[in-house]
Amino acid sequence: MGIIETDKLTFEYIRRDEDGNVEGITRAVDEVDLDISQGDFIAILGHNGSGKSTLAKHMNAILTPTEGVIWVDGRDTREEEEVWEIRQTAGMVFQNPDNQIIGQVVEEDVGFGPENMGVPTKEIWERVKESLKAVGMYEFRKYSPNKLSGGQKQRVSIAGVLAMHPKCIVLDEPTAMLDPNGRREVIRAVRALNDVENVTVILITHYMEEIIHADKVFVMDGGRIAMQGTPREIFSDVERIKELRLDVPQVTLLAHELQKRGIDMPDGILSIEELVNEIMKRSKPCQ
Amino acid sequence: MSIILDHVSHVYGNDTTLAVKALDDVSLVIPDGQFIGLIGHTGSGKSTFVQHLNGLIKATDGHIYFNGQDIDDKDFDKRKLRSKVGLVFQYPEHQLFEEDVFKDVCFGPKNLGLSRQETELRAYEALKKVGLPDECFYQSPFDLSGGQKRRAAIAGVLAMKPEVLILDEPTAGLDPKGREEILSQIVKLKEESQITIILVSHSMEDVAEYVERILVMNHGKIVYDDVPGEVFKHYKNLEEMGLAAPQVTYIMHKLKAKGLDVDENATTIKEAADMIARALRG
Repeated sequence: MGIIETDKLTFEYIRRDEDGNVEGITRAVDEVDLDISQGDFIAILGHNGSGKSTLAKHMNAILTPTEGVIWVDGRDTREEEEVWEIRQTAGMVFQNPDNQIIGQVVEEDVGFGPENMGVPTKEIWERVKESLKAVGMYEFRKYSPNKLSGGQKQRVSIAGVLAMHPKCIVLDEPTAMLDPNGRREVIRAVRALNDVENVTVILITHYMEEIIHADKVFVMDGGRIAMQGTPREIFSDVERIKELRLDVPQVTLLAHELQKRGIDMPDGILSIEELVNEIMKRSKPCQ
Repeated sequence: MSIILDHVSHVYGNDTTLAVKALDDVSLVIPDGQFIGLIGHTGSGKSTFVQHLNGLIKATDGHIYFNGQDIDDKDFDKRKLRSKVGLVFQYPEHQLFEEDVFKDVCFGPKNLGLSRQETELRAYEALKKVGLPDECFYQSPFDLSGGQKRRAAIAGVLAMKPEVLILDEPTAGLDPKGREEILSQIVKLKEESQITIILVSHSMEDVAEYVERILVMNHGKIVYDDVPGEVFKHYKNLEEMGLAAPQVTYIMHKLKAKGLDVDENATTIKEAADMIARALRG
């Protein structure tokens, strides 16, 4: 069994008017079946309102399914006594760095999670140290979080989750509010966690460039999984991706535009090197 | 009809030990009807800069002239300035508050002291300009989607009939389609009403695609002020400033280095695709 598995997971938001009468029901997640293995780097794409965040919130039992089941490391999130364990297994990082930092000092903030778990003090310090090192923020351990940049704050948030030794980390648009540098820092830290520490990563994003290293991509639309596959498979179908209100990386788009201009290019080119090589293969040798 | 900044500086906490120079001797001219992109990493002084343009922050040194008048003159009407220079903050939908969208957009012009008829006319026009469908007008702003809320908020500023519209990261947090919708509405607005637009953005791709002039800020100074093709030539320096160039710039430089006959100044996908196709056909 995978680290996260779902069976026809469904979640409905019930809208009520001022008197509490039901006005309507929105099915935000609609019979989703997932099976994510330990150590995978998973990306979830989808336009605003496609159900990505609702799905993500099921992964550490912030929401529980209206119908269907989700198991996190084999634990059913509907069982209340399992919630504590589930939240230690799957940590979550949100969009706004300012909403998730509570400590006055970086290391204190990172220690908050393990402290609440009842980890012995000596071990808390070890965990704080290793987590901050993993995201490259160890030199800032004595800083006040409000003196940090957005990207740095976001890395502290990730360290805070990491200190709880989760098997899985869910990031819901962690880079949406950051500048290019901050985005790069965060994505680099997340990839390192996945490569080095073998933490399962579930990354939700609107930036297509951030997911080209993912093992598998799920595209959501109307609460369902509309497409799934490797980034190359997903981005091979530029027209379909656009239909789903999404985009492809600029490199992929440029290759697609060249195809449209009658130049024979393979589908799903993802990196600059790849594209440059493909173009050069087609150029006439210099005289 | 233009904005002129003459050696403008701003220091936060000037008389304290924690003084920070957020704007450092900025001089430039913003003529009528230009589409300008403002880029710079977080903390480079972009927000301080734009808040000077409508007098929300007063320069600690230097002068700002709006249509020839010094905005810090005693007889200068700052209220009028603020209706002429519209500022759309980041996440402007957080400022929606009325019970329906139409009332929310009316709030600005109503406060200008306009008649009810004029107010409603302007609100209607503004909502049309941002492309919000009619059925949204009498909905609660909180029932709209993220992109719609943002357009409602932008309409609120447009209803003031600004001559200059400043948008601070209008596409942050939107999905790619939503980003494109907002940006193409801005372009349309620019074409139809000839207003000056300043777009603050972290997306080099968007800036390259839409604007005609780029200002790059770093440590409170304007380091580059030129057309996109010229600015992105300095991509290595931009990286040192925590920025980047559009991916296209990197591709074109690599192709050029390998001997393909292309112009590395191409910054949009279309330009690049045309150029590469031409080079390959020889």
